[in-house]
Formats: sequence, structure tokens, C-alpha cells
Amino acid sequence: MVENVVETDTVPQGPRPRRAFSRTNIMLYGTLIVVALYYLLPLYVMIVTSLKGMPEIRLGNIFSPPLEVTFEPWVKAWSTACTGINCDGLSRGFWNSVRILVPSVFLSIAIASINGYALARWRFKGSELFFSILIVGAFIPYQTMLYPLVIILREIGLMGSLWGLVLVHTVFGMPILTLLFRNYFTAIPEDLHKAARVDGAGFWGIYFRIMLPMSLPIFVVAMILQVTGIWNDFLFGVIYTKPDTYPMTVQLNNIVNSVQGIKEYNVNMAATLLTAAVPLLLYFVSGKLFVRGIAAGAVKG
Amino acid sequence: MTAQDSQVNSVEVHDLDLSFGALEVLKGLNLDIPQGEFLVLLGSSGCGKSTLLNCIAGLLEVSAGKIFIQGKNVTWAEPSERGIGMVFQSYALYPQMTVKGNLSFGLKNQRMPKAEVEKRVARAAEILQIEPLLKRKPGALSGGQRQRVAIGRALVRDVDVFLFDEPLSNLDANLRTDLRVELKRLHQRLGNTMIYVTHDQIEALTLADRIAIMKDGVIQQIDSPKGIYNKPHNRYVAGFIGSPSMNFIHGRLARHSDTWMFEANNLTVPLNKYDFTTTPEPDMPVEFGLRPEHIALGDAATSQPVQSSIVVELVEPMGADTVVWSELAGTEFTIRTDSDTSVSHGDQHPIGFNPSRASIFSADSGMRV
Amino acid sequence: MPTDAKRPLRIFNNLSAKIASIPMILTVLVVFVGGTAWTVVHSFTKSKLLPKLNFVGLDQYERLWSTRRWLVSIENLALYGLLSLVFTLIIGFFLAALLDRKIRGEAVFRTIFLYPFALSFIVTGLAWQWILNPDLGVQQVVRDLGWASFELNPLNNPDTVMYGILVAGLWQGTGLIMVIMLAGLRGIDEDIWKAARVDGIGTAKTYLKIIIPMMRPVFVTALVLIASGIIKLYDLVVALTNGGPGLSSEVPAKYVINYMFRAQNLGQGFAASTMMLVSVAIILIPWAYLEFGGRKRG
Repeated sequence: MVENVVETDTVPQGPRPRRAFSRTNIMLYGTLIVVALYYLLPLYVMIVTSLKGMPEIRLGNIFSPPLEVTFEPWVKAWSTACTGINCDGLSRGFWNSVRILVPSVFLSIAIASINGYALARWRFKGSELFFSILIVGAFIPYQTMLYPLVIILREIGLMGSLWGLVLVHTVFGMPILTLLFRNYFTAIPEDLHKAARVDGAGFWGIYFRIMLPMSLPIFVVAMILQVTGIWNDFLFGVIYTKPDTYPMTVQLNNIVNSVQGIKEYNVNMAATLLTAAVPLLLYFVSGKLFVRGIAAGAVKG
Repeated sequence: MTAQDSQVNSVEVHDLDLSFGALEVLKGLNLDIPQGEFLVLLGSSGCGKSTLLNCIAGLLEVSAGKIFIQGKNVTWAEPSERGIGMVFQSYALYPQMTVKGNLSFGLKNQRMPKAEVEKRVARAAEILQIEPLLKRKPGALSGGQRQRVAIGRALVRDVDVFLFDEPLSNLDANLRTDLRVELKRLHQRLGNTMIYVTHDQIEALTLADRIAIMKDGVIQQIDSPKGIYNKPHNRYVAGFIGSPSMNFIHGRLARHSDTWMFEANNLTVPLNKYDFTTTPEPDMPVEFGLRPEHIALGDAATSQPVQSSIVVELVEPMGADTVVWSELAGTEFTIRTDSDTSVSHGDQHPIGFNPSRASIFSADSGMRV
Repeated sequence: MPTDAKRPLRIFNNLSAKIASIPMILTVLVVFVGGTAWTVVHSFTKSKLLPKLNFVGLDQYERLWSTRRWLVSIENLALYGLLSLVFTLIIGFFLAALLDRKIRGEAVFRTIFLYPFALSFIVTGLAWQWILNPDLGVQQVVRDLGWASFELNPLNNPDTVMYGILVAGLWQGTGLIMVIMLAGLRGIDEDIWKAARVDGIGTAKTYLKIIIPMMRPVFVTALVLIASGIIKLYDLVVALTNGGPGLSSEVPAKYVINYMFRAQNLGQGFAASTMMLVSVAIILIPWAYLEFGGRKRG
């Protein structure tokens, strides 16, 4: 009895008052929902516009859902939209981008991961110096290196070709990827590396047999980083390729911002969505890893 | 090294220097380890003990000096060519390989025939009793099991010298004691030379044939555990070994007629039973070191050659025995006594000790007198 | 007699690592150091269609700083840069703080705020160009609702065009800063919040006086990130306005590319790109000194 009395005196009885609809919570969720709607708005507008016919766009409201859904703009954007004299749609740019993307991602990750591994575990005289310049290089505006690269590509006969662009992406992807891999490999206990050396494994043996199998997550992160970055690139594409080899972003800009003809907003939006599809899909599928990738790419040093 | 040396040392280190830039980590270090010895490198962190081990293993490039293993100059040899096996603190098991894969990785790198690999793995697994674990991956093992596998990886190499880099530090206290005993048993069974790095003095005292105590890249003393404990060469070794650590009383040596005396504030100790290492000088400033466990408290004190008394300031019961904190001759003074003695704060008690068990160090050089 | 092993030659030491690093060394030496130096050297020449070493001293720079197009570019970048820096930091931190209040559906909100970052600047630019379209976009929708004098046509007005670009830029980039800030907030010890509660400090005050000062490194990272993005501003302008109306939304990066690849006046392009390099150095060197020089001493 005595114990009970004490308890009622000091501890509030019953469940804690529910605070789900407190003023703070309403404001918190209210703000979040409004902001979220704002962020979603452009995507929504692009989608509804791409599904409308031109007459409906001219008469109607940019926000209203399509009265009559049509996929014609998508078909046109993909296969017959014109850039200059070429009228085979975005498909050409899409396949160019794929052909640029696959070797660029592979090559840049292969080189950067080996660099990072050498920098983490096999330092030699000068390796840290090169690494420091590499990281400083990440901050140099691309504009100061654009023309020398034009000359280099011309000299080795790759100017205007897909492989030239692959090389450019490999070079400019190197600082951030090397940093990413170096930090990851440095965090793997050094004892493991020592044990493998006692076991008689050398530079390549340790890389392929020990480090690589342990590092799948970081390879996925690097892949996400590169796929998004290379797919979205415009600057290098516009400079180092020619109309035949333009990547998708360049072709998209040419289609939408071409001055000739009447503007077909529905086709334009379909084309824009088509170009956005690859990174968006990757983003929604990879979720947390994507966040890790950009955070890793962002948080330097 | 000459041919007439009848007994080849298992490991020899000659005048080893190692520096990283301006930082000298090891300085002119010499070390001979006879065949089959269990040598422990002991010291606090940063003393260079792990660095020395890594040099012997070939994982660090030395700046100067030579290293011989089984009579072969291996100073510039690859780690895998030195005839060593190594066990690491963090186990360093390859996470993506099974236990069997971990054990056989090194042998496969040597392109050893499959049958021989199987035989060696089986033998190591039998010795360490890890046969049921062979198909598992390290992630599915407990800390103790992982460390066994790590030892197994050294074992399969069938080498003469085993190197251990703080192998038990990551384990909890009970497991550490168990594995310590097992390691000692393993050494008795195999008879290999073992070099073992640790900062844990209990591990060192229990395992070692000889202990090398290191500080600032220099070996301070290399001796049997008993020698290190009873006759520390210098003040550092004396203070490092033993817990609670040795009591040190500052004072001077004086000579009265034929007897040397130690004199401090209000304490005079005749040293006729003390075994001097060097010739003492009159009026020499010294530190008089006395281990807490070599001091008798209460009734037992009367039978000791030197007697005094203390006032108890603090009592720390530690189970098997009790540590009494007090003051003697103006310095902090601890006494270790068995837990049956009843002492409490503020009591005055007689104490007694035998100067032959003391250690005296020159206050200037820190060396044993 | 033990054989006396010889110390191996230095070059062969670690040979595989050196071979493996050749691509990195080439990139650093040829592209980063060599390319930059080449451009700087050629900015002092009269190069037109082809790069030539006919030095003219500072002529290109004098011309650059007397060209209206360049001056507009610099002004635009300064305006865009300042506003983008301030708003990205504020919005990014604000969103992160909201998401850090242990809310339900955090993952959904985070996904929504971050998705624009997955899109290219070209896509971003084209989407906002359409939304801000004066005839069919938001302006028309509001006018149709009865507010006939409503005006939202930033892209076709020289005075407001940079703000239009800013809106698109913020939409694309704030999510990234939010993620970084959120990671920073998550890195703060839970006990700090408990201590603040025990001390009776309000939420807003805790953020302002305790949390934000603790997040200094995160803010520095975000700052460097936003700043390096600002200098690169190019694709977004090309997609939204292509520099128009007139010259009113030109930016330095675009100036460089125009002179190098369209106007065939290489010397001008090199001088402009060298100026970009100098401005980056002016921002980065004090920062690097504070961050790394200070750390060594501390």
C-alpha cells in the first residue's frame, strides 16, 4: 500500500499525452509537405505535358492532367524529332551515350581503384605529391584544360570520336574516384595487407584476391557516381564530339532549343524525360547507395 | 657470422636502424634469439616493439643494419621468403574466404601441390581443434576462434619462426587467459622460435623465456622474467614491471664505518645485505626502490631486518590481496598485503622489509647501482 | 656462410605500384599541370584560330576587361554565386534540420528533395524553361485564375533573368547540401541534445548556439562544394536562356567556350579561362591555408 502511494505521488498516471497533432508537428509536417510538392512540381509538369496533344497544351493549364492521354510525343521524341538535318530523334543520342558510358565507367573505375589501392598501401617516393596535385586538379576550372585536351586528342587521332570522350571522362573522373578508393582502402585494416604479404601475395595478388572481393559496395558507389556524372555531362560532349557522336544531353538541348519550326512542348518534355530516365531510374533503384555515393563524392578530404 | 659458430641463432638483428624521415624509431638495435626461444618484446605503445617485429617480418624496410633468420641474411627478402609466420592483433583473416581458404591461401601462392596443402591444413586444424570450422567464413566465428585460425595460418607455413603482434589484445579477459595457456602449450609442443609483442606485462611474464623491454626504440633490458622482475637494470624497467608499481624513495648513499647506508628524510636503511652491481660513491643521489609485495605489514614486520611505521591513507581490497596506500619518507608508498590483514583508514601500522630485495638506482643516470 | 643479400635497386622497389600509377602520373603531369600551364602561357599570345606563341604581353587581358560581355558575365556570376551560396546553405540546413526531427516518412521526403540532383543541368534548365514559359506556364495559369496583371516571366527580362536561373539552380542543388547537412547532424552526439534539454535550452537556440558551431567542418565542405559548382555554371545557362536576352545572362564559363570554339579567338578564351583559374585560387588558397596549415600547427 505504502509503495503504491509513493508511486502515485511521483509518477504521472496513465499514458503520456498524445502529441501527434501538436502545433509543432502540424507545422513540421506542413512545411515538409509544401516543400516536397514544390520539388515534385517540375517532374509532374513534365510528365503531364508529355502526355498531352499540342492543341490541349495551347488551350489548357500547365498543371492540369491530360484529358486525352497520348504517347505520340514520346514516340516522336525517340525516333523522329529533328536536330538540324538529322531527323532520327533522340535514339541516336541515347545509343551514343550508352557507348560512351559503358567504357568510361569501366575504365575510370578500374584506373582509379588501382590508383587508390597503390596510394593506400604501396606508397612510393612522390606518390603523395602526385595525389595532392590530383586533388588540387579537381578544383581547377575545366576551361583551362579544355583546349590542351583538344590538341592531345587530335594528336592521338581521337578528336570527335566516342573514345576521345571516354578518355576525357576517365581523366576528369580520376581525382574524386581516386580519393574515394584511397580512403576506402586505407580504412581496411593494414594487418590484412601484411598478412597477405606474409602469405606471399604481391601487388596484383592482393588487389584481385583480397581487396577487390572486399570492396564491392564502394565499387557500386563509384559506379553510381560515374554513371550519373557521365550521363549528365554536357560540356565535354559538346566540345569533344561531333553531331554524329553527340551524347544524349547535347542532342536534347539541340532538339529543344532549336530555333527552327514551331515549338512542340509535349515532344520536348518527352525528350527531356527520356534523357532524365537513366539517372532517375538509377536513383530510385539504388536509393541509399546513391546517397552514399554523392556524399562520398561531396565530402572531400 | 662465421662458420665456426656451432650454434646458429634462429633470429639475429645487427645494428638495426629505422627512421621515417627525421623520426628515428629504432636506433642501432641488436638482438640474438636462440633456436626455440619464446621471446617477448614488451613496452608501452610507441616504444618501437611492433616496428621491430614488422622489420623482422619484412613488412617495413629498414634504414640500416642486417637481419638474419636461420643463418640467412634476409634483410631485403620479401616477407613470404623469410621463413616466418605471423599472427596479428586484428586477426587479419580474409573475410571473403572460408577458414580453409584462409589457411591455404599462402600455400597456394607458393604453388604447393594440392595434396600437400590438404595435409598441412588438416594437421594445423587438428592441432588447434578447428576442424569443424573449416567451411565457415571468419564473420561467423567468435573472437577466440578467429584468433585460432590466425595462428593456424602461421602454423600451416611450417616455418621456424613465429611472430605474434599483440595477438590477444582484442579478446576479453577470460578468453585471453585461456589462449595464453594454449599458446604456451603450442610452444612446448612445436618448439619453434617465437617472438611475441605485447604491452601486457602479465602475458610477458607468463609466456616468455626471455623478455626484452623496449623504450624509445632501444632495448632497455633483455632477461628472464625473474631477472627482469628482481633485478631491473634501470629505473624505467623497475617502474614498468609490477603492479602496483615499485615504490621509489629519493635519498642519498652514505658510508658509516664499513657499512653503506641509504638516507632519506627520516629513514635510514643499512645496505650490508644489498648486492651492489656497481661500486657506490658516498653522497651519491639515488632512488631506493621497493616492491609493494616485498613489504611486510603488522606483526610480520617484526621479523624483517629494517622496520618503520606508516599511517594508512587508503585501502584498496583487490580480492586475493589488498593494497594499502600511505606515505613514507615524504613520498607516496604502497604496500601489498594479503586480504586477511585488517587495516583501515587512519590506522598506524609497523612495516618491515629486507634491503636485499630492494633495487637502488642512480638518480642521475637511472641505472642500477 | 650466409649469403650477403644486396639491397635491391630503388627503382625496382615497389615496381608494380609505380607501373600501376602511370595513368595517374600522366594525368597529373600532362593534363592538370601541363595543360593548365599551356593555357596560361598562351593567354599572353595573339592566338586566333590556332594557338601560336606570338606574345603580346597583357593585351588579351586588357581587351578582356574592356569587353562588356565579360564584365556582364562577372557581374552575373557574382550575383548568382552570392545568392546561390546563401540560399543553398540556408535551405539545405533547414531541410536537414526538419528531417532530423525524428519524423515519419523521412526516407520519402529525402528521396523527393534529392531527386533533382540526379538530373542533368540541361534537363533542369529545360523543365524550368517550360514552367516559366510566359504564354503557357505558371504566369498564364495565374492570369487565367483572374489575376490579369500577374507577372512571372523572369527569363525574358534582363533585370530578372539571373533570378530565374537561380530558382532552377537551387531546385537542382539544395538536395545535395541537405544530405551533407543531415549526415553532419546525425554525426552529432545524441548526448548533446540531452544535455541541452537538461539545461533547458530551446530547440532553435540549441541549433543556433550549439549545433551549428559544432558543424563547422560540414559547413566548410558544403561551402567549397557550392563554390566549385558556381564557377562551373554553364550547362544550366545554355539550356535556360543561352545567355539571353541579349547578353544579360552570360557567365564566364560560357564566355571562354564562345571565344575558344565559336569566335575562334583562342587568346581571348585563354585569358578568360586564366582569370577563372585565378579567381578559384583566390578563394581556395586562403581556405586551404586555414584548413590544412592551421591543422598542422594545432
